[in-house]
Amino acid sequence: MHKLLLKGGRVVDPQAGEIFAADILIVEGRIAAIGPGLEAGECAVMDVAGKLVAPGLIDMHVHFREPGFEAKETIASGSRAAARGGFTAVACMPNTDPVADNRAVITYIKNRAEEAGLVKVYPIAALTRGSRGEELTEMADLKEAGAVALSDDGHPVASAAVMRRAMQYARMVGLPVISHCEEPTLSAGGVMHEGYMSTVLGLPGIPAAAEEIMVARDIILSEYTGCPLHIAHVSTSGSVRLIREAKARGVPVTAEVTPHHFTLTDRAVADYNTSTKVNPPLRTEEDVAALKEALADGTIDVIATDHAPHTLEEKDVEYQLAPFGLVGLETALGLVWTELVIPGVLSPVEAIRKLTVNPARILGLKEGVLKVGADADITIIDPELTEVVDPATFASKGRNTPFSGRRLQGLPVATIVKGRVVYNRDLAVIA
Amino acid sequence: MNWKRKDILGLQNLSAEEIRLILDTAVPMKEILGRAIKKVPTLRGRTVVTLFYEPSTRTRTSFELAAKYLSADSVNLSTSTSSVVKGETLKDTARTLAAMGADVVVLRHPMAGAPNLLARTIPAAVINAGDGAHEHPTQALLDMFTVREKMGELAGLNVAIIGDILHSRVARSNIWGFTKMGARVRICGPATMIPPEIEAMGVQVCTRMEEALDGADVVMMLRIQLERQQQGLFPSIREYARLFGLNRKRLALARPGALVMHPGPMNRGVEISPEVADGVNSVINEQVTNGVAVRMALLYLLGGGGMPDA
Repeated sequence: MHKLLLKGGRVVDPQAGEIFAADILIVEGRIAAIGPGLEAGECAVMDVAGKLVAPGLIDMHVHFREPGFEAKETIASGSRAAARGGFTAVACMPNTDPVADNRAVITYIKNRAEEAGLVKVYPIAALTRGSRGEELTEMADLKEAGAVALSDDGHPVASAAVMRRAMQYARMVGLPVISHCEEPTLSAGGVMHEGYMSTVLGLPGIPAAAEEIMVARDIILSEYTGCPLHIAHVSTSGSVRLIREAKARGVPVTAEVTPHHFTLTDRAVADYNTSTKVNPPLRTEEDVAALKEALADGTIDVIATDHAPHTLEEKDVEYQLAPFGLVGLETALGLVWTELVIPGVLSPVEAIRKLTVNPARILGLKEGVLKVGADADITIIDPELTEVVDPATFASKGRNTPFSGRRLQGLPVATIVKGRVVYNRDLAVIA
Repeated sequence: MNWKRKDILGLQNLSAEEIRLILDTAVPMKEILGRAIKKVPTLRGRTVVTLFYEPSTRTRTSFELAAKYLSADSVNLSTSTSSVVKGETLKDTARTLAAMGADVVVLRHPMAGAPNLLARTIPAAVINAGDGAHEHPTQALLDMFTVREKMGELAGLNVAIIGDILHSRVARSNIWGFTKMGARVRICGPATMIPPEIEAMGVQVCTRMEEALDGADVVMMLRIQLERQQQGLFPSIREYARLFGLNRKRLALARPGALVMHPGPMNRGVEISPEVADGVNSVINEQVTNGVAVRMALLYLLGGGGMPDA
């Protein structure tokens, strides 16, 4: 019988909202006991003294690029990056080639994830066929195949009529809709936030209004159709205001923010480093402050990375030619700790909640909690450990990060999926 | 002061002292241009490559003549934008040129920041000859040289820049340059062509030309690209000319003797009336001559040549 005892750690329980000293016993991939001073007889023991023992982190917004763009990332390399970043489960966006708009691609993704055998990979299916914003996908079939949500992500549905039908149908099927909010005629041609920096740099801008108009539209449609709406990567203070008002009215809306949006501003674009080219773009200090406030007051439910790997060659060009996106899985927890927990924006429990229970709730997953009988998906965090980000060490194929050289504190030291250690940063295991 | 920079990427990061040094260096260069034999051996054995991803006969010729008058070997490479997208990357092209021994690469590119990328990639000196809507530092330096020659000092002058500010690298470089030298800059154009938060660059924004021209010492007109109308940025050429065209009557609002400038090529009868373009206030042709002198100064400073044979 395979047993593992996590000894001497402090358990983070985001559901109960507390941190307490306890050991955790894992038997055959499941949590068998949580409590002080557990003795397990003949058993492998991991000494986690001084560490936080949290439910496995869930990233509900990644791009694993397979099938179709394996040079950027594969499900295997993405899974390794997730494990190294402390994530035990991820939800991957459907903008692959072919698009994940049918059962075959969803099944393929699940099979590849199974073969990689590291973290749990939950596919998000396309909302419309080919993400073209015209015809609805076979949502019921996709759900049956394993899709946990619906989104056209990088290709926002331009037609309000199509979006309305999609949300009506998704509600019937029982899948949430994740919306990348961007009004395409306002953002067309833009490569960075429209403001002082775009003026000085001479780069075409994407105004905050391009996001906010769509946030407003989709909130109105969510209210009208009753379909749960999750707003991906919120980046502006105006979006925050709209979401806050909608939640107060009882609209079934949730929202996420990425570590790069709560850490960086458009000033990071100053030397035309293409790793700062993301969509939505890095915004202003005022927006960053609003995002932090929204994290603190619960307007923003989730922290997700929008992990978007690209090859070196694709990014090593003129700013306007480079694709949007940066890699986030392996810097996420360190940024959450350094930028939010240490300065007191979020308590450790609140931060963990936005990385576990909340994304699980939105996607309808059973993960994200530590309780007896549940899968032993666990992330062990050393809140004191510091490290300078070095993209050369990434497990992801992507090296496109604007955080190279930044010192982060609060890092994952072990990742356990169904009782199996899939990442271990030299924690001693005594057999 | 001594020149320390490897590249000229824009005026945003140049100090007033550096700008003054460039303008001072251009003075003996202009004297060379006045000679019967316009050639000095200053940059003999040095190679200047002009790499143009956007057509510009005027700027390219100006750089090539500047290089030749200083006895540098100059080569031109003109590439269409489509080849950037399709084939060899800018970095690869640049590495090839560097491997062939180019000492100075002059880059014109339709995308902002391309010269920054190049400067990070190759050891050769890089001069930005215009990148997207970012900067056109040599144009602004020749504009400042021209104004200084006519007015003596730049500090305290009122400079009005009128036209499509949103897409203008000339406007941006001139704003940095003139404000650094102590001039006051007003910009004016259709509201759709004023980029956001440009006031933070230290300029006053006007949407009425009369306001911009009031008491101006220098009136700098920008070329309006007629295809902007198709993009819906203004309703018609007729209305643009009516609201933002410089004619004799409007020029009368400026100070007597105000300088009229234009980076060229002009749309006569649209942004500037022929009578003003060819009138006594116009220094448009002198701008062209001074462009060669300023570019000689930059090649001299960046090319590491000996003192000019003045």
